[in-house]
Amino acid sequence: MPDIVIAAEGLSKRYMIGHQTAVSERYVALRDVIARKARNVWRKSADLVHGRPIVQGDSVEEFWALRDINLEIRRGEVVGLIGRNGAGKSTLLKILSRITEPTKGRVRLNGRVASLLEVGTGFHPELTGRENIFLNGAILGMSRREIKRKFADIAAFAEIDEFLDTPVKRYSSGMYVRLAFAVAAHLEPEILIVDEVLSVGDAEFQRKCLGKMDAVSKDGRTVLLVSHDMRRLAALCHRTILMNGGMVEADGETQTVIDRYMAKHGMAAFADLSQRRDMSGSGDARFQSIELLKDGQPCRSFAFGDRLVQRFAIDVVRPLGRGLVSTSIATADGIPVYEYFNIDAGCEWTASRGRHVFTVAIDKLNLYPGTYTMTLWIGDRNSFRVDYAEEAISFDVVLAPAIGVEHRTQRNGGLVYQDAAWSIDHRTS
Amino acid sequence: MPELIIEAGHSERHYWRELWRYRELFAVLAWRDLSVLYKQTAIGVLWALMRPVLTMVVFTIVFGRIARLPSEGGAPYPVMVFAGMLPWMFFANALTEASNSLLANGNLIGKVYFPRIVVPAAAVVSAFADFLIGLLVLFGLMAVYRFAPDGRIVLLPVFAVVACLTSLGPGLWIATLNVKYRDFRYVIPFIVQFGLYISPVGFSAALIPEQWRLVYSLNPMVGVIDGFRWCILGGESRMYWPGFAVSMAVTAFFLWFGIRRFRKTEMSLADLL
Repeated sequence: MPDIVIAAEGLSKRYMIGHQTAVSERYVALRDVIARKARNVWRKSADLVHGRPIVQGDSVEEFWALRDINLEIRRGEVVGLIGRNGAGKSTLLKILSRITEPTKGRVRLNGRVASLLEVGTGFHPELTGRENIFLNGAILGMSRREIKRKFADIAAFAEIDEFLDTPVKRYSSGMYVRLAFAVAAHLEPEILIVDEVLSVGDAEFQRKCLGKMDAVSKDGRTVLLVSHDMRRLAALCHRTILMNGGMVEADGETQTVIDRYMAKHGMAAFADLSQRRDMSGSGDARFQSIELLKDGQPCRSFAFGDRLVQRFAIDVVRPLGRGLVSTSIATADGIPVYEYFNIDAGCEWTASRGRHVFTVAIDKLNLYPGTYTMTLWIGDRNSFRVDYAEEAISFDVVLAPAIGVEHRTQRNGGLVYQDAAWSIDHRTS
Repeated sequence: MPELIIEAGHSERHYWRELWRYRELFAVLAWRDLSVLYKQTAIGVLWALMRPVLTMVVFTIVFGRIARLPSEGGAPYPVMVFAGMLPWMFFANALTEASNSLLANGNLIGKVYFPRIVVPAAAVVSAFADFLIGLLVLFGLMAVYRFAPDGRIVLLPVFAVVACLTSLGPGLWIATLNVKYRDFRYVIPFIVQFGLYISPVGFSAALIPEQWRLVYSLNPMVGVIDGFRWCILGGESRMYWPGFAVSMAVTAFFLWFGIRRFRKTEMSLADLL
């Protein structure tokens, strides 16, 4: 079977999450280890003295980021990978690109792999564009000779010819991204693994990159691509894999898988939250559903300037007294944009037993085109978490045909558009 | 391209061949560290000159003038000190740089695959640049004192390589400890400081009583510094070969141990960073 270039069998990955260290601290301090060991010894000897059984005071919880993944990818296939944040997509990519090793299972790879998990990995701000092309190329696995041969193409692709000898710290973010992409686009591996990196860069440059990627796949090379942009996936991939909770939930023709994902994971204008199992909090109140509306009709596609209305239902099981509710908006890659609290809008809520339906209207949506997710939260009077529905629903912001202003339609250096009054004072000297 | 298997605990069978394939990345990383170092600080070169010179002056005054310790093989005291200072400074720099290299390149390790050993090894090489500058200072100093080396000087590169290996072994080990225990980096300056006192930098190792010399050579830098003095000072400078053998054995042990520890943690580095 030389035609199968990636074959994964029973792939699993476990991470240990310590309880004593905060989630954000993945490392340990030697001083803490010594202190903890000493404390444990003390506690155990105290237990021994008091005749209590010794309990192993282990404070580590395991978390399986991947569970028993089996998949085969053939030569020349362009495969999309979708799933909510934390579904295991990035972990899978990291294992396939040999950055981390699996806990169980194995992968067989046939061919040279290049992975692009981030734009401009290893770029150094003090070095010039020219130097960074060599640095980044070497990091991505190109030989010096290969980079030299492609240098002119790379520089032309990035459109930064005149700044080649300027340190990249003086580059605009657009130039930086273009240069980084140009290097990556000239990789010629047999297997290319790409994480959500195309969401940056301006629209025209994105099109150029996509064209390049399309050409790569036509050459018979294999591409595995993670994206939150369903339209892009549908255009590029024939096959898509949907991941959920570290497992493969669906694997098949792209449109079928996307439809299933949209239907199940709140990619419709309505999402049933009552069956979700991943909600955390005390559970005294639970989100039941969320719905997005435009002009009174269900809708998940909005234009810049639209009035977005969300309506969600909460069932209160045990009365909370004064409750807090928030709804927040984040970009598809998880960057928070807005968070709205009921009390900030002067809307007091007494959480008495029964169903409560909230309607939140956002006037004049000022987000740039793209996909966004909405996360809901309930807290009690002390802000302790009662319920939390991460990425309860998602919606798209699309180009508004009525607005012809070019820069409003692009997410360049910012996340939101804010009106500003401009004036120019000009004197001829 | 042969089939590649990724699985838990499956260490690369062709590890060293794989490393050879990544020699260009190794060169590029060393070059990056160097060019950034000398770009950021216009006084980078000056700094590389000043530090050993000032230390040499202090040591010459304290050990040579105040304590009136003898030099080695008729060489002027400053030249003797500098010949020992050179490998010591290199060792200290290389060890520090290698130890911190994984943390400094954490982003790279989390995003791209390559044999991780490339990172600390490149750090040792970039510390070598300061060593070369120091070597020029030494030659200048020897010219000032009209002290000419003899034929043994051609063996200097051999001892320079030994100095590299001596710093790489512990460097690899400490680099992994540093990733695992983030407060370990506070220990490194202490090791370096302490090492300076227990190494024959300001004085000649020949001053150590005969019965203790073998024990003293358990510090691998004793052998390296002795070797440097032996080929730079030439002439009357005597080499204590049994001690050198002990130092080399310790170096070889640390190198073996460092590589072993490093390869054990190599695959999980990305999860820890």
